[in-house]
Amino acid sequence: MQIPREILDEIALSEEEYLEIVRRLDREPNHVELGMFGALWSEHCGYKHSKLLLRNLPVESSRLMVNPGEENAGVVDIGDGLAIAMKIESHNHPSAVEPFQGAATGVGGIVRDIFAMGARPIALLNSLRFGPLEDVHNRHLFNGVVGGISWYGNCIGVPDVGGEVAFSDCYSGNPLVNAMCVGLLRSGDLVRARASGEGNILILVGSTTGRDGIHGASGLASRTFEEEREMRPTVQVGNAFMEKSLIEACLQIAAADLLVGMQDLGAAGMTSSVVEAAEKGGSGVVIDVSKVPTREQGMTPYEIMLSESQERMLLIVTPQNEKAVMNICTDWDLEAVVIGQVTDGDTITVMDGTNVEAYLPINILTDPPLYRTQSTMPDYMNTTRFLKESEVQLPTESPSSVLLRLLSSDNIASKEWIYRQYDHQVQTNTMQGPGGDAAVLRLKGTSKAIALATDTNGRYCYLDPLSGGAISVAEACRNLACVGAEPLAITDCLNFGNPERPDVYYQLESCVSGISDACKAFGIPVISGNVSLYNETRGTAIWPTPSIGALGLLEDAKLTTNTAFKDAGDIVILIGSNSLESGIESLSGSEYLEVIHNTIKGSPSIDLALETIVQDTCIKGIQAGIIKSAHDCSDGGLAVALAESCIAGNIGLVCDQGIKGRWDTALFGETQSRIVLSVSPDEIASFQELALSTGTPYVVLGIVGGERLIVNSLLNTNIAELSYVWQNAIAGHINS
Amino acid sequence: MKFGVIVFPGTWSDVDCHYAVKEVLGQEARYIWHKDEDISDIDCLIIPGGFSYGDYLRTGAIARFSPVMRQVEKFAADGGLVIGICNGFQILCESGLLPGVLIRNDHVQFRCEWVNLRVETIETPFTMSCDSGQVLSIPISHGEGNYYADNQVLDVLEKENRIVFRYCNEDGIVTEDSNPNGSLRNIAGIVNSKRNVLGMMPHPERCCESSLGGEDGKLLFESIVRAMQS
Repeated sequence: MQIPREILDEIALSEEEYLEIVRRLDREPNHVELGMFGALWSEHCGYKHSKLLLRNLPVESSRLMVNPGEENAGVVDIGDGLAIAMKIESHNHPSAVEPFQGAATGVGGIVRDIFAMGARPIALLNSLRFGPLEDVHNRHLFNGVVGGISWYGNCIGVPDVGGEVAFSDCYSGNPLVNAMCVGLLRSGDLVRARASGEGNILILVGSTTGRDGIHGASGLASRTFEEEREMRPTVQVGNAFMEKSLIEACLQIAAADLLVGMQDLGAAGMTSSVVEAAEKGGSGVVIDVSKVPTREQGMTPYEIMLSESQERMLLIVTPQNEKAVMNICTDWDLEAVVIGQVTDGDTITVMDGTNVEAYLPINILTDPPLYRTQSTMPDYMNTTRFLKESEVQLPTESPSSVLLRLLSSDNIASKEWIYRQYDHQVQTNTMQGPGGDAAVLRLKGTSKAIALATDTNGRYCYLDPLSGGAISVAEACRNLACVGAEPLAITDCLNFGNPERPDVYYQLESCVSGISDACKAFGIPVISGNVSLYNETRGTAIWPTPSIGALGLLEDAKLTTNTAFKDAGDIVILIGSNSLESGIESLSGSEYLEVIHNTIKGSPSIDLALETIVQDTCIKGIQAGIIKSAHDCSDGGLAVALAESCIAGNIGLVCDQGIKGRWDTALFGETQSRIVLSVSPDEIASFQELALSTGTPYVVLGIVGGERLIVNSLLNTNIAELSYVWQNAIAGHINS
Repeated sequence: MKFGVIVFPGTWSDVDCHYAVKEVLGQEARYIWHKDEDISDIDCLIIPGGFSYGDYLRTGAIARFSPVMRQVEKFAADGGLVIGICNGFQILCESGLLPGVLIRNDHVQFRCEWVNLRVETIETPFTMSCDSGQVLSIPISHGEGNYYADNQVLDVLEKENRIVFRYCNEDGIVTEDSNPNGSLRNIAGIVNSKRNVLGMMPHPERCCESSLGGEDGKLLFESIVRAMQS
């Protein structure tokens, strides 16, 4: 049998995959059935190139309430009868085509994954990547994405409390939009995504179904941008008001215990939602597409099954509870329709009135072939991995001048221009919002708070994916430690290029290994996640960018701190190192090396045992009330961390710690596992005792006070000047 | 003393307002669904912030037609206390209970940040616990907070001492820089001529506890409680 190339192309399956379908079905699939395979066997839904690698991630924890990957989001128990649901997800390809709606619907989708668990969404974070802002097209994408996140998140009343943005050429054709959502639920109220119980009914609630987003999963998310093609119909369009009503109605229905299961409709729409729910429930299902409310005339069963129209949920309900569920939907002015029922057996039957449009065994649909590509270290690593001292000349410009240039670099500059467009306070839980190392949200009715952060460094992962993966997890957890929170779990969004290429597969495999190593060292599980592959244009892949979303717990919400230096006379200490000197390798993959020397080279590395000690020291010190401020050293190194703590506290620092050797490695090197603390003079003895007990190396840097950042004879700048440059950089680049 | 917090589809500050008056201030409070018509047990109505009806047409344009708004109008005419916050302010203007209109922020972006407000008059039940000229630190969170009314209306508001809050700097000086959205005359909140209906763009319910960044919002709710008790 010859299947036309255009059809395979449309649904993004290979000829081998088609033949495998025929072999397993023992016949050829019809048009609707082929569309369903295209959706569920897509990279986005099927995880064909990543599942074998993801099985290596550590997933055990006594706090885990669901098995990762089995439900819409990960869930961890945090005591007091409460649990947190958390997940991060990408919406990269749609955002490249239509940034506003792409980003908005990315937020919508991840929020649905959370309230599908019966959890109230309480926070959003996002991890974004763009090409440099000098380019007008990148500015267009940046503005669109920030606008879309702002519009959707603000409209549904979920605070956006944190995130990160970075810029690099490799993202120019392939921006990254990773949206993370966190939800709160009572442990007993957990709702699962399963369709079970013969005779139980399937109710579709929310928006009408249209032609938007067809082939979003297969045609858009699972391939690279090669030719100019009109992709806009594949981008979904959001309705935030509908989503808000859906949140309230679904949570009300869940709280009234009216559900057997609940599943959201996301990538691959009805097809994936119904099939995955049936698979998890160990059941069969029959649905009738003629019952689905449509917003356009003449939609075919194919279109209805593949539509990715937003703001739709699938409820699985016993017949006795149907009326109560319908009443709640009516109260919220939501259209709800019975579209099918659970059967015994293991097949999905799609009817259109009395016509059978598709009849397929569920276990074949949910069991796509899994691939392991050959893995080959990328060629460039042969040259980049060695960074020689002779290759990096000490700059002729002054350290102060270098610091100002780094503070105005888009990767380091203040992101306030972005996050002041996000409501970060609604729900009145936000103790610390965007701008610090981690967000801190109180949990009403308890003495606890949770901390949230996202982090990754694409440049490190490009230079050394194994270390880069581990460092991404370490940095996210270090951010939590800086607010005094104990890391509990992570969620990950793996953004990579075309996995069919051995060099990209090497990057994917190594990053996953690195993530795994770090999680094992910290004793935390990966509870959920997402994979976005094929982020490349005309053979140029993005840097490997594994975004890590981290959750931490503070048993006592009052025992937390922030990055700002507080009072004159406080002593500033660097933990994680006992001197300021560092070798040339500390410049590996650093912002300084790229911005000042236009070089991306070196091998970033991390000592996970040291990292664990440093985080532990910081957490214990904050919980004991010894530490008055904490800020981790990351992009830009020590000098940037000191500057940021001065700016936040609007107070200076005098550091007279001697520096032997190169000043650039000392001030701007990005050696891992270091945190800048400040401690009141009365507490210095307690701090020393703590450091002795945990075994962390440290060095006293200086004293808080005055209006200048002074580091012996190297740096001497007015805080106001540092602040001005840091605050206004991004706005300046947008408006130029 | 009982507060009633009105909920439209799309409202989301209802929970925040309810928490502030009940848990923080220890007052009685209940939610009022927009289809409810019985508010006879209420002493003060709160119309909270949010995106009622998705801001379709114009913000607050549809909410004003809800059944509960008829009761709000009667309640206000009878002298009951009404405070509209953010979207609530927009709804009060759309329904004619307050003059003027809230349009798009002049810089066209949504803005969520702390601002300083100067208390222009303490002769209202909402500000009687404040000092005249006191500077309050309260957050805003809106895309359409730009207050507009024609000069005649603005002059009447000034003459009748009905401008309650103006955006100012931390020293209490009303400047262009301290205006976060372009509102005419830096107006952040006003009352009606009977002084029982207040509309304000900033969110006092978000700053009733120091752990969230400040407690100045409490002063407004405390004023209301004092006024209801006297």
